[in-house]
Amino acid sequence: MADAALAYGPAGDTAVPEIPAHYVRPLASGGAAVHFVVDGVHCGGCVKRVERAVTALHGVTSGRLNLSTKRLAVCFDAAQIAPGAIAAAVGAAGYGARPFDPQSVQTQAARDMRDLLTALGVAGFAAANVMLLSVSVWAGHSGGMEPATRDMFHWISALIALPAIAYAGRPFFRSAVRALRAGAMNMDVPISLAVILAAGMSLAETIAGAKHVYFDASIMLVFFLLIGRTLDMKMRGHAALAAQNLLALRAQAATVIEDDGTARAMPVEALKPGMVVAAAAGQRIAADGVVLDGQSDLDTSLITGETAPRAVAPGAGVYAGTLNISAPLRVRVTASDEDTLLSDIVRLMEAAEQGRDRYVRIADRAARVYAPAVHLLAAATFLGWWLVGGLAATGALKIAIAVLIITCPCALGLAVPVVHVVASGRLLARGVLLKSSDALERLAEVDTVVFDKTGTLTTGALALAPADAAAPSVARAAMLARASNHPLSRALARAAGPGPVADQVREHPGQGLSGEIDGVPARLGSAAFTGADAEGAGPQLWLRWGDAPPQRFAFTDTVRPDAAEVIAWARARGLRVVLLSGDRTEAVAAAARAVGISDFAGNLLPHHKIARLEHMAARGARVLMVGDGLNDAPALAAAHVSMSPASGADISQAAADLVFQGQRLAPVAMAVDIACHSKRLVLQNFGLSLAYNVVAVPIAVAGLVTPLIAAIAMSSSSILVTVNALRLRLQKAGVEAES
Amino acid sequence: MDVLALLIPAALLLGLLGLVAFLWALKSGQFEDLDGAAERILFDDDDDMPPPDAR
Repeated sequence: MADAALAYGPAGDTAVPEIPAHYVRPLASGGAAVHFVVDGVHCGGCVKRVERAVTALHGVTSGRLNLSTKRLAVCFDAAQIAPGAIAAAVGAAGYGARPFDPQSVQTQAARDMRDLLTALGVAGFAAANVMLLSVSVWAGHSGGMEPATRDMFHWISALIALPAIAYAGRPFFRSAVRALRAGAMNMDVPISLAVILAAGMSLAETIAGAKHVYFDASIMLVFFLLIGRTLDMKMRGHAALAAQNLLALRAQAATVIEDDGTARAMPVEALKPGMVVAAAAGQRIAADGVVLDGQSDLDTSLITGETAPRAVAPGAGVYAGTLNISAPLRVRVTASDEDTLLSDIVRLMEAAEQGRDRYVRIADRAARVYAPAVHLLAAATFLGWWLVGGLAATGALKIAIAVLIITCPCALGLAVPVVHVVASGRLLARGVLLKSSDALERLAEVDTVVFDKTGTLTTGALALAPADAAAPSVARAAMLARASNHPLSRALARAAGPGPVADQVREHPGQGLSGEIDGVPARLGSAAFTGADAEGAGPQLWLRWGDAPPQRFAFTDTVRPDAAEVIAWARARGLRVVLLSGDRTEAVAAAARAVGISDFAGNLLPHHKIARLEHMAARGARVLMVGDGLNDAPALAAAHVSMSPASGADISQAAADLVFQGQRLAPVAMAVDIACHSKRLVLQNFGLSLAYNVVAVPIAVAGLVTPLIAAIAMSSSSILVTVNALRLRLQKAGVEAES
Repeated sequence: MDVLALLIPAALLLGLLGLVAFLWALKSGQFEDLDGAAERILFDDDDDMPPPDAR
């Protein structure tokens, strides 16, 4: 939550941020509405705090935060309050708020979900009522129900079931037609065939006044399969939502300085070469460009993996996404050239995504075998009874349809979605966001883990090297360092603990600090600034106090607290662990030693990382890539499956399949554990479905299936796989102990 | 058996009533924030949903 508050710059030092006008929409009822994605919300208390902060503002008529989507809708009077002030109020309550345009993310998926739920409601209503009538008929078989009454019940069932099937079955019919048109086969083809044939045969039987009809089986099939379809859709919707909320991250406004000196907020996408943008201290630079005015330090760790801040002065080139640390800058936007770092990375990413094998989900792979097998079986049953068994064609057809109904993949349709929904819910509860639904299946196949160093294995925060922390001059240097926000100064001050601040401290952006300690002039900063001969590599500060020779302080990146544990866990599981980094080889070697990785490489450019991943993939390895930087994004897209910390670059989070939160690396281990566990459950569920078919199919082929048997077999197998999937939730403690 | 003429329409009507209630709830956005709904029941004060075009 602490860093969520930083979404709009460090507290107190920036004015109310302006929000570009296109995020505000006028309402039919008067007033206007603006939408935000809110970070850091995870309980009812958060909802209350955010809503109270917003509705307390003068001019706001209503504010409602959706806890599932983390989206806040605010209605306000544009004449009385600026939308920026609403974002600031959310920020003051301790949460980050980013505007987004609901129209741009209002996707087909949301409409599809609503259609599915409506179909589910209709199917549920029909299934319950038809079953009510069917049970009476079944009871009547032994209780002496008159044929006239039975026929009336059948007609009423037909009246309910046929329109309901026509309406609620559309998702399956559409998908089956699409597949057949493309000359392919999917699970929906046997489903549609079974449902339509069962309904059609039942109608014919009803007209003929026969004893058995299958309306209940037909509509129940639709109902159960719609449940599976809805769960699957919900899961995909969740993944899409996560991706959209991440995209809103990029939609931050840039402050453009016009020729007449006025400042104006503009969406980043609207920036054009030649414009001048301002970046306050603590803000990210909006576009690639050249520094026009100002001296500062930039944190480029997300872009290059380099931990030490880079000093910039007028004329220096800067990259979009780098964090401006010490002083305000004005940047002239350069042509969105083909040569910019970002476009290079995006090109590499697109190439990597194209090269990635199109993964076939387990359920689809099962369908490829299952669908033809079912059709062959039904055809063989028909021919067998007709040609060999000596039955009339209609009688043989009835038995063949019963085979189709009994083998219909009711349990199969539920087997995967239920497991995946439970798994993604468990991951989410532990701060891991699953962005694509098949990532869980790919994660379970992993045999190699590739880590990035900066920001992934390490926290990306610098700390004073232990050897220097003991030096007596640390206390003196800290007196200067306490006055600055520079990451190296802060690390030094942290190492020294609380204490006094030197007199007359002045910050020279891009160079260092000057001041007086005990009346003697002192300087802390770069080697050039303090007059030292530059020596050694890596992030460092020099202290010069009076005439004494300058003294050097070296800094190292801190390793995540549980990194070594997670590496050991991966080893124990038999996974190969590799460290690939863009940082200097010495720094990479040190980090690798600290966590116990023997296989590492440094000084890698983004396309080197891809080449290594491709090399591993070519030898049959399935790689999990864990990385956070912009330079990792192409590798994340190229790997079999990828994870990125929530502190990573936006583009990396967008490229990764899973995003994890927090300071620890344990979520990586946990995600792999849950993925493997859910794969086991999915396979078990397939096994259960298969076992059910082994029992039920011979009965069907023998022509002994009555509607009652079909109903019992179908519902019991569906309930069985659902209960089995829910075991993932029950076995919580076990998996947690493992990881 | 005459009672069936009364009971079957009654059963269907009740079922239909449930279906209409579900479709109404779906349309009025009550299924849009299931996590939030679980928490909101504990809030002391009630507040209204924003108008449909603001959601």
